[in-house]
Formats: sequence, C-alpha cells, structure tokens
Amino acid sequence: MATPYQERKLRDPALNPGDQPYFNAAAEGRLMLKKCSDCGEYHHYPRSLCPHCFSDKVQWVQARGTGEIYTFSITRRGGPVPYCIAYVTLDEGVKMMTNIVDCDLDTIRIGQKVKVVFRKTEGGASMPMFAPAT
Amino acid sequence: MSIKGKGYIVGAYEHPLRKAPDKSVAQLHAECAKGAIADAGLTKGDIDGYFCAGDAPGANVWSMANYMNLKLRHVDSTDMGGCSYLVHVAHAAQAIAAGKCNIALVTLAGRPNSEGSSGTQVRDRGVNLPDAPYEMPYSPVTVNLYAMVAMRHMYEYGTTSEQLAWVKVAASHHAQYNPNAMLRNVVTVEEVVSSPMISDPLHRLDCCVVSDGGGAVIVARPEIAKSLKRPLVKITGAGETTKGQMGGKVDLSYSGAVWTGPRAFEEAGVKPADIKYASIYDSFTITVVMQIEDLGFCKKGEGGKFVADGNLISGSGKFPFNTDGGGLCNNHPANRGGMTKVIEAVRQLRGEAHPAVQVKNCDLALAHGTGGSLGHRHGSATLIMERE
Repeated sequence: MATPYQERKLRDPALNPGDQPYFNAAAEGRLMLKKCSDCGEYHHYPRSLCPHCFSDKVQWVQARGTGEIYTFSITRRGGPVPYCIAYVTLDEGVKMMTNIVDCDLDTIRIGQKVKVVFRKTEGGASMPMFAPAT
Repeated sequence: MSIKGKGYIVGAYEHPLRKAPDKSVAQLHAECAKGAIADAGLTKGDIDGYFCAGDAPGANVWSMANYMNLKLRHVDSTDMGGCSYLVHVAHAAQAIAAGKCNIALVTLAGRPNSEGSSGTQVRDRGVNLPDAPYEMPYSPVTVNLYAMVAMRHMYEYGTTSEQLAWVKVAASHHAQYNPNAMLRNVVTVEEVVSSPMISDPLHRLDCCVVSDGGGAVIVARPEIAKSLKRPLVKITGAGETTKGQMGGKVDLSYSGAVWTGPRAFEEAGVKPADIKYASIYDSFTITVVMQIEDLGFCKKGEGGKFVADGNLISGSGKFPFNTDGGGLCNNHPANRGGMTKVIEAVRQLRGEAHPAVQVKNCDLALAHGTGGSLGHRHGSATLIMERE
C-alpha cells in the first residue's frame, strides 16, 4: 500500500499585526523563530511577548530548518486528497505544527528526520512544510 | 473556601432527539431547560442564575435569557468548549456559596447533525486568533488533532488500536439499553479496527457521533435541594484548567486532567479508587484512555491495558463508564459532550440509570470533560458528586 503525496489547495493565513516578517521570510525560503534576549528561550508560534518570561525583548532568528517528526496523522477522509498533519521538533527545540510532504505518506514515522520546504497557499503566501531529510 | 456541599444538582434532563431539523437551537435550549425544571419540581420563576456557553445563540447569555424571559441575579457564559457545562456546575456551586444566586440553570443545545457538521471539516474559528496563521493552512481538523495524540500515545506507551477499540465496544454495550441512543448496535473490537481509517490511527468507530439535541441541569442551595422530592446529589469537588502548546514545548502525552483531577479529589476528600461510576469525555477513544490515566485511575501509559477486555462495561468490568452509551454511541449534542456526562452521573447517583447498567450502591461519581483539542489547546474540567 502506498499513499503518494498530492498537492492540495491551502487556505491563506489570516495575518494579524506582527505576523508579516515571518511570512516575508518564508516567501524567501527562510523559516523564522522568535527568540527571547532575556531568558534565551525560543518559542513558536511567534508572539510579541515571550511566553516563557513575558519579556518584550523577543527577536526574529532564522531556524536551521531541520528537525524530526514528533507526531503525525494522515487524514484520509473529508478532503479531496489525503494529507499528513504533524508536529515537528526543530533542532532549536521548539515544536511546530506543519504538513509532511514529498513522500509516500504511508512511510512517515515518528522520529524521522525532516527538512523544511515551502508551499504556496491559494493567495500566494508561503507556508513552511517538511519533507524527509534524506 | 470550598464548594463541597454548597450546591446540589436537583434537576437533569437530556433531550430525546438526535436529529431535530425542524427545531431552532433556541427552542432546543428552552425545551431542555423546561425538562430540567420539571425534573426538579420547580418552576421557571424559581431560576435566578443562568449559565450557558458558546453553543447558545449569539454565544452570549442574554439571547437565551431573553427567549426564556428569565429574571436573573447571576449569569455566567464561560466557554470551555465541550467541558463548559462541568465548569458551569462548579461555578454555580461557587455562586450559591457566595450568596449570588439560589437556583441556577445550565443549558446546552445544538443541531450539528442537521447542519451537516463533521470532524473532518476545517472549522471557521473566528478572527484575531494569534495561532491561526501558523496552523490553519495545514488543515488541522478535530479528528486529526486527536489522532496525533493517539499516534504519540502508541509510540510512547505501546498502546494499540485494539485497546482503543475496547472503549467503543464498552460504550456500545451500554448504548443497547438506551432507547434514545444514536447507535444501539453492540460492536466488536474487530468491527472497530476494520472500520474505515479516518485519520491514522483513528477509525470511524473511534470517533463520537454527531448529534442534535441538548441537555440541562439545575444546581440549588442545600436547603432548597432538601425541600424537593428528588434524591440528593451533592457537589463535593471540582477542578478546571487549560493546557496548550507551552510556547512550543508541546507535550501531547498528557492532558489538563493531571491538574484538575487532583484538585477535585482533594476538595471532595476522596481518592480515585473510591469512585463507583465515572463519566469520561469520549469525543474519541483516545480521549478516554488519556483522561483515565491523567485522573489517576491507572498509571500513565497503562490506559490501553486498563480499558481492554471489557473493564469499562458496567456489571462485568471494574470501571463502569458512560453507561448511557456516551458520545461514542449515545449523544454528543452541539459537538459538546460535557452536559451528557453530568446527566448520566446524576442518573447513576439517583439510581435512575437503566437497570442493566446501573452501578450497585452508586454513591460517588466523577464526571470529567475536555473542550477544544487535546492535540493543541484544550480546557479540562473535573466534577465529583456524592449521593447523600
């Protein structure tokens, strides 16, 4: 059995003030995280105040774009095509929700090494997704 | 201050319909209210506190209060998703203890079945959500968020699909005795694991029903409860919290029940082993396994073994749960199962459950609920009740 990855239409992100730098960087192929200058912790999704120490000294930093799959599920019903939703643990330590793409979805495993790729939404925004690293 | 003994559940009513295309949501709320008021032996004019959540028309408290023409001195529209109504019962006891009201009505109703709702649909979650730009394009839906919890549980603890299936099997054994249940056929583990895969590892029969209807309960101060003719169901402990993604330190191996359970047990002065009957939110089979672990009914990671082999079936198992058939088989009105969890616990404590599933000498019960998604952000609420 195999479930080849297929492209699907992606909803546009409904941006709030402060979100633009993340999506500007994504459009250039870079995955950004927020890092706190006071406590040193990364966080995701990005906020204007550090969720760990509540400092406002949070800065955008570029993530390496590699990590491993923490958990996932292949949704086989309800949509036009099957798709894989996942949480990936980035090398920086934070976990982010994403989709796993560019592989036979039936081969996806927890612990698998992945690297970031980008896919466009219907309106042209770039979303970071992950593909097997090898 | 504790809420122990400060409020009693004096009325409970579950709407009999599971599909109500010709009734409005407001009508369903009001019919549930009427049923619970009659069950308590009260009149509408006795109600001076009203609680409802996001399923109420307008997601506010005044629309339904206006529809029913209530005269109130305490209101609360706390929305904690599916567990809102467990929170409401606890808040009602708090309000009564503080002298803010005497007789509180809590209602829930909705018609997702008639409206074609599905757990595989991306839901419109509203505006200004800080997380939405970083999540919604990935198509998170109810079932795949819970499925990711199940997938991780299997990875960390070796939980199997067959163990999860036992939760549904037990619910179906109970639902066969409930004439209003949406699904009354007894199913086997084999039937659950061979039902279509919706979102790995959750099959169709790992998922709850989508039903119309609703329910209501009434909480009253002790003197009033003792003046009524119904068995006395005393609220003795409660806990409420939320759990999220912790700034990116996501941990899907446990739920907010690890905090609400101990608080509720401490307030009630009882231990998990003392509980005779438990209503455990069952949006999906994994929800039950995780909450049973987190409430301390078994060790973390052993929930799969705990629920297997019929242990949740009333009469034969050691841990009778959801004897109405639960959300998995009976009812999940408005996609929110907290109300029916309270109602079945009240039936058990009154000795009014179906004789085939009634727990003998049921004098201590727990109800626990989850709202939102275990897989990213959720509310948790625990309620402990005693028959006096």
